[in-house]
Amino acid sequence: MSKMIATRDAYKEALVTLGQENPNVVVLDADLAKSTMTIGFAQRFPERFFSIGIAEANMTGIAAGLAASGKIPFASTFAIFATGRAYEQIRNSIGYPHLNVKIAATHAGITVGEDGATHQSIEDMGLMRGIPGMTVICPADGVETAAAVRAIADYVGPVYLRMGRSAVPVIMPKDYEMSWGKAVYLREGRDVSLVATGMMSAVALEAAEVLAAEGIGAEVLHVPFIKPLDQEAVVATAKKTGAVVTAEEHSIINGLGSAVAECLSEQAPTPICRIGIQDTFGESGKPAQLLEKYSLTAKDIVAAAKQVMLQKRT
Amino acid sequence: MLNTNEAIAREIRREILKATAAAKSGHPGGSLSLAEIMTVLYFDEMKVDANDPQNPERDRFVMSKGHATPVLYATLALKGFFPVAELASFRQINSRLQGHPDMKHIPGVDFTTGSLGQGLSGALGMALAGKLDHSPRRVYTIIGDGECQEGQIWEAAMAASHYKLDNLVVILDYNNLQICGEICDVMNIEPIQDKWKAFGWHVIELDGHDFSQIRAALQGARATKGQPTLLLAHTVKGKGISFMENKAEWHGSAPNAEQLALALAELAEKEVVRHE
Ligand SMILES: Cc1ncc(C[n+]2csc(CCOP(=O)(O)OP(=O)(O)O)c2C)c(N)n1
Ligand SMILES: [Mg+2]
Repeated sequence: MSKMIATRDAYKEALVTLGQENPNVVVLDADLAKSTMTIGFAQRFPERFFSIGIAEANMTGIAAGLAASGKIPFASTFAIFATGRAYEQIRNSIGYPHLNVKIAATHAGITVGEDGATHQSIEDMGLMRGIPGMTVICPADGVETAAAVRAIADYVGPVYLRMGRSAVPVIMPKDYEMSWGKAVYLREGRDVSLVATGMMSAVALEAAEVLAAEGIGAEVLHVPFIKPLDQEAVVATAKKTGAVVTAEEHSIINGLGSAVAECLSEQAPTPICRIGIQDTFGESGKPAQLLEKYSLTAKDIVAAAKQVMLQKRT
Repeated sequence: MLNTNEAIAREIRREILKATAAAKSGHPGGSLSLAEIMTVLYFDEMKVDANDPQNPERDRFVMSKGHATPVLYATLALKGFFPVAELASFRQINSRLQGHPDMKHIPGVDFTTGSLGQGLSGALGMALAGKLDHSPRRVYTIIGDGECQEGQIWEAAMAASHYKLDNLVVILDYNNLQICGEICDVMNIEPIQDKWKAFGWHVIELDGHDFSQIRAALQGARATKGQPTLLLAHTVKGKGISFMENKAEWHGSAPNAEQLALALAELAEKEVVRHE
């Protein structure tokens, strides 16, 4: 079994390293530093850490002001509050002026677990993707999270970085570097494309193993950039296999599945099946139980792959 | 027997501990700080009927600090809204007892909360509806001291006095702690009394663990006309369990089996001492 690490734990270390390298990096948090793991940065660089209290809208505006004054703010809280509570502040105070704010949110998706529906953000990528000029990144694992933190600090402009609560398998090599806006081929195949993001990319790899055992060659394309979407890679794999399954720990509305469907319907119409939260709210439960109940397992991807292959145009 | 407020509060504490321990998850600290207040609200003050939870003329309650589900569910169960045994399913998959209050599914829950700062506005809407209906029903809501950092709290504070909502009572659970530590270190809210007064509220300060003070304060709220009342309740987070008291770490972590046994033993010991 591969090593398990939560993307938020990788964020903790990456942020401390970044703080050492770049004195312009500042961090804000809204009474969740021990959960988002900005606590590491807070302890190391207390003068560059701002505790804002339970006031996400204010935190977002303050981050905008810091960015307008040349700082590189990382504003962290749970994804639901980061993108939901402060949506319009992000849109008008950060997105429209294209300020250099990094909204680095943790506890995204249904694997938040026991806290339940109020805390499980399944619409956040959609909210952020709709803002012109916003970059949206959903890393697969801890290694890619660390790479993303480095990359977004170098990039000038607003970014939404989506991380999770629970430990997920490490699937990227240790020396992995992000190529801006590029998708990552994790596995070659000819029969069906599994296009996934975040923690679902590891699940897609698992599904590809199962399919291989049944003689089906699944190509696995990991998409860390929900926006800008690597349209070239998406079109290429769709044309190659003629059948696409998307997989994300997010609503099937407005996330990766929507982005891929939009792209393919214009450029290379292809049968597609979207794995994700099926337009419903989540609930309390253990992360593994929830993934099972809401059909986000390798088994579900395998079934979807077989289904969509039947619709292939010959 | 649950024939005194003291006995009810003790039972509420037991159920808070058992439910969070069974779930291996949940928020004991800010639940234990509310055992006395919830006891008085549900067993003395509010007009609610467990057999008729949707009665339109009932008093309303909103747990704006929604993470305090352990104390809310324990109180509702002891009041008879659902079986006490069901508390064992707290936070488990397929359970009605969601991590945060869910008005769609749980009898006795009047408003869905969990995102801090939103419940008070909902309560305000219920109070406005009560005025529109010329109804004597009252609306009670509990907010956290950390929660007071949310801007929406102050938007609601302004609106409630603007509309002279004397049918609205807010109880501020002033336990001095939030997740990251003491309120004054994370984001100072003082002078909190002056703030509420400046927003047009009648403020009553009290010891939130003293039954007679809680009853008197609620009486004071009833007697107040033309403005909403804030009960500034000084409380202890983790109250009643010595190793949990005043410790931020017990905000959102459940006791393990050993800690549960210790905590229940401490409650039992206090019960014996009181009876002697
Ligand atoms: C809008 C929002 N931001 C953050 C959180 C996460 N959170 C849950 S409880 C809590 C601290 C609450 O402190 P306080 O209001 O003092 O509650 P208490 O001490 O009574 O538990 C935080 C930050 C949340 N639930 N909602
Ligand atoms: Mg508090």
